[in-house]
Amino acid sequence: MLAYVFRRLAQSVAVLFVMSLLVFAGVYAVGNPIDILVNPQSDQNEIARATAALGLDRPLFEQYFVFIGHAATGDLGRSFAFNVPAIGLILERMPATLELATAAMLIAVLLGIPLGLWAGLKPRSAAGRTIMAGSILGFSLPTFWVGLMLILVFSVWLGWLPTSGRGPTANLLGIPVSFLTAEGLRHLVLPTANLALFNLSLVIRLTRSGTREAMRQDYVRFARAKGLTETRVVGVHVLRNVLVPVVTVAGVEFGSVIAFAVVTESIFAWPGMGKLLIDSINVLDRPVIVAYLCIVVALFVAINLAVDLAYSWLDPRVRPGEAR
Amino acid sequence: MTPARRIAAEFAASRIALAGLALLALVLLAALFAPWISPQNPYDLARLDLLDSRLPPGARSAAGAIHWLGTDDQGRDMLSAILYGLRTSVAVGLTSTTLALAIGVSLGLAAAWFGGWLDALLMRIADLQLSFPSILIALVLLAVLGQGLDKIVIALVAVQWAYYARTARAAALVERRKEYVDAAVALAFSNARIIFRHLFPNCLPPLLVLATVQIAAAITLEATLSFLGLGLPITQPSLGLLISNGFNYLLSGHYWISAFPGIALLLAVVSINLVADRLGEVLDPHGPQR
Repeated sequence: MLAYVFRRLAQSVAVLFVMSLLVFAGVYAVGNPIDILVNPQSDQNEIARATAALGLDRPLFEQYFVFIGHAATGDLGRSFAFNVPAIGLILERMPATLELATAAMLIAVLLGIPLGLWAGLKPRSAAGRTIMAGSILGFSLPTFWVGLMLILVFSVWLGWLPTSGRGPTANLLGIPVSFLTAEGLRHLVLPTANLALFNLSLVIRLTRSGTREAMRQDYVRFARAKGLTETRVVGVHVLRNVLVPVVTVAGVEFGSVIAFAVVTESIFAWPGMGKLLIDSINVLDRPVIVAYLCIVVALFVAINLAVDLAYSWLDPRVRPGEAR
Repeated sequence: MTPARRIAAEFAASRIALAGLALLALVLLAALFAPWISPQNPYDLARLDLLDSRLPPGARSAAGAIHWLGTDDQGRDMLSAILYGLRTSVAVGLTSTTLALAIGVSLGLAAAWFGGWLDALLMRIADLQLSFPSILIALVLLAVLGQGLDKIVIALVAVQWAYYARTARAAALVERRKEYVDAAVALAFSNARIIFRHLFPNCLPPLLVLATVQIAAAITLEATLSFLGLGLPITQPSLGLLISNGFNYLLSGHYWISAFPGIALLLAVVSINLVADRLGEVLDPHGPQR
């Protein structure tokens, strides 16, 4: 097991390294940020001075080594647009994104598992069919359009919920969060619903097929034969076997929720790092783009590693060494 | 019965799938014939009248024409804009899926046939890419490449090829152990001939299902990127860009500018998904379920 952990760790570091190289080469190879950064009226000397000051006159591989050297000390460059460290900009916005992503994932799991169980236990009932039709719709609906329609219905027509921003935040362990104030919670509702939709559908489908699969197994018939109540058969025997894949997928999907937050944050003007990325792409603020990608890639690699390790711990059948 | 007829008969056994197919045919016809069936050429500036801007659905323009789905801020007939936008969206989806299919399948079959370092290299790249969400990869590529029809197709192909490569490889690994492949090898056919004439047709069913699903995914992803302002330029508005434009007027209650293009997008995606679902069941070697 320990050897497996180390091998996975080494793989993760390799992935991080490759991705940093790709991202750096990609983002820095194209376009010249100096055109955007300096005053159009400035003369050749000023442009040259600014280029040298930013290190943009050096060869690309040299820029990369400088970048990696700095990255090792936690410095991912200074934002061209804000002239502050890029990593600070992103870390400042990260709590907002993480709050939104966590809330969305919680909704997807806490609502998706009971709905999926229901649809799996009574696949031919009206409720079961409705749940499945809803989940197919949830897969097909474009997330960004759903966001707009949520705003239209709940903000413009009904006037119940605010359309943008985080609302007032309260500090939890020094981190500003929205869900502790009533107004902040109201701001959280629509973006969370928007971001949760896709994964809610996914969890419903997974739970449903897992439940149908489990209900056919011998251990369920045996549990029934022992005279256990239906509640106990479903709540303990079926649920436990359904949970493993659902938890795994929820873990893996957390990363893509963070990525898709880019869309939701843009619609609801949620001040997270996804919106920062779009703003930075629009003004070609390379250090911020690179820093965002490095942090997100690191987050992904960490999530994948954690899920892999948790999976092999939860389900001994996939433990490495025995089979590969 | 020939396999094609058997598949068609099984496909038609599902009413929902048939409805999806009919809807899909309607969407494709609308996209194909957009310039001929639109009430107005939405991008002929001479035909636009600012007096007609933001008319609600069903309103009459100054010239007396009825705008069934309303008009946008430029006085453009929304129905026409949607038909043209659908045309662009469908074209982008089909082009990128075809290219990605061709590239991904070639690489996947080559990986399965030749094995060794080529297989290892291609599959590591595919794994690495598939561990990140498609939207993130597309965002990075467009940040690097910039805007444009060709750029978005490149981004979509780059996002999708790995799915086809994985699926083609998996199917080909099963097929290559079969006797007809041994026979082809014994006949000393060239590698290319074995791969494309013998392996490829037998790997087709899972690839067909995947390609159908991926067309819907590509259309949605393109719409999302265009909505974020990173996809198509304003001169070639797809449905995503129309929705994005309507967003500016949503808060003042002019819902139709973004609601209707969204419904068109939804119809296209749902119809493709319904067809793909049934196709997956019919082409499943274990036979259709339910």
